[in-house]
Amino acid sequence: MNNSVGTVTAQRATFDTPLAFRSGAVLPRYELAYETYGTLNSDKSNAILVCHALSGHHHVAGHYADDPKNTGWWDNMIGPGKPVDTGKFFVIGVNNLGGCHGSTGPSSIAPETGKPYGANFPVVTVEDWVESQARLADQIGIRQFAAVMGGSLGGMQAIQWSLSFPERVRHALVIAAAPHLTAENIAFNDVARNAILTDPDFHGGNFYEHGVVPRRGLRLARMLGHITYLSDDAMADKFGRSLRSGKLGYGYDIEFEIESYLRYQGDKFASYFDANTYLLMTKALDYFDPAREYNGNLDKAFLAAQADFLVVSFTTDWRFAPERSREIVNALLHNHRNVSYAEIASTHGHDSFLMPDQHYHEVMRSYLDRVAGDL
Amino acid sequence: MSAHDPIELAAARPDFAAIAAWIPQGASVLDLGCGDGSLLRYLKDTRKVRGYGVEISDSNIVACIRNGVNVIQGDLESGLSGFESNAFDFVLLSQTLQATRHTEPLVREMLRVGREGIVSFPNFGYWKNRMNVLRGNMPVSEALPYQWYDTPNVHLCTLHDFEDFCRDLDVTVLDRRVMTGSSEMKLLPNLLGSTAVYRFRRGA
Repeated sequence: MNNSVGTVTAQRATFDTPLAFRSGAVLPRYELAYETYGTLNSDKSNAILVCHALSGHHHVAGHYADDPKNTGWWDNMIGPGKPVDTGKFFVIGVNNLGGCHGSTGPSSIAPETGKPYGANFPVVTVEDWVESQARLADQIGIRQFAAVMGGSLGGMQAIQWSLSFPERVRHALVIAAAPHLTAENIAFNDVARNAILTDPDFHGGNFYEHGVVPRRGLRLARMLGHITYLSDDAMADKFGRSLRSGKLGYGYDIEFEIESYLRYQGDKFASYFDANTYLLMTKALDYFDPAREYNGNLDKAFLAAQADFLVVSFTTDWRFAPERSREIVNALLHNHRNVSYAEIASTHGHDSFLMPDQHYHEVMRSYLDRVAGDL
Repeated sequence: MSAHDPIELAAARPDFAAIAAWIPQGASVLDLGCGDGSLLRYLKDTRKVRGYGVEISDSNIVACIRNGVNVIQGDLESGLSGFESNAFDFVLLSQTLQATRHTEPLVREMLRVGREGIVSFPNFGYWKNRMNVLRGNMPVSEALPYQWYDTPNVHLCTLHDFEDFCRDLDVTVLDRRVMTGSSEMKLLPNLLGSTAVYRFRRGA
């Protein structure tokens, strides 16, 4: 594989200090799954934390020895000679708390009961994630990150890092993100949650003990989400009105290619993702709003930030539109932060942040080259 | 050779030195149509300014980032709504005025966002340009390097035109430097100067 970090191994960190959540809940003990690429330099100044979005995880780049086809979700961005150059940076990917890829989450066994947490897993916020990630950084021995970066919900974590731990972030790379969700965003999330919550196999979140999975709900949630991550143009280009069999069937079977695609994506997702994790992730998105405790004044929310920022948006992203990124940029300008902002012309909607667009990668590369130059 | 060497930059772009001469150490600067960020970089190196550029072109966004200057991708023509009033000491428009469509609202916006404005532009009244027109051709020169059919310059003007424009807009010209190459033209500037740099503020 070209410019890949190659074979990678997931690691696991255990934390025995209780973590108090924003909700008031306390998790006495938890584990985080993570991966690292590149080499930490002697003064530990070259670390980059990559935060993941709704369905992401710690497997950001490379592949596993026993599963060579399982390539990291941001492999096009991270590797030797890539925009996030692992020849220069020590990169950390972490599965967020509440996730379903190895970190403690709803499907993990609760020590008190010997059963999966299920519905009892605390509702987790972006602030809680950042707190838990900071403890991971402590354990690895990183006092300050060269950069914290992420797209979408990952970008929100990068923002939160700059606010929760201003002195621990030199650069925040906030990609396809927003300072908070709009009512429309929350509405989409709520429909997705309702699909899961009303699935008879959900059992109030404790489906594990019934030996079932709320597959239908999860599948619908993903199908809905997937529509919002694409653009009208991208869907028209890729599928148009194409029919699978070339003719109308006058029934309710899969006829249009887009139906086939969405159901396939839904099925694939429902086969590995945890329904409770999906609920938690969408809730974390809904709750994120750093301006909330400042009466909606985002300028005041960013007062604490000390990092330099790169903010990137995509023209066809209607889920987290460029105007939302401009809100972030404006708040940073008003606080005299160093900030650069690029609005990338892209046809892929919200998903653009995962695509290997040449100009987008050039923006990332040029910024990170500067970050590396200052090491 | 360093592409960002201040001395080389000043030699290549004499308006840079003229602009820098008016900007005190540590000032805050917004550079509209900042191109590859050379001017901001120059002002950062020579005047320690805190600055941002606004630029529309993708390749220039990358160039600015490589130059180590803050750049916000956006279209000047749609206004400066993201910027607060009086947010900057200086708002610059270097060799861009003549290429703006909505020139008047933009100059007003400059003086809303900044305490003072600085513009540089090619003087259409420069004698060589006049000669070209007299001979029956649109001028093509170092300061005006485009053919009539591919030029981004839609609002070319002379020194007189710009000063009339300022008067009509209730804008006070504070200072002016007119240059040809790197020499300042004090005599008959509207005829002998190829590039003009103006510093101005709101109000009569």
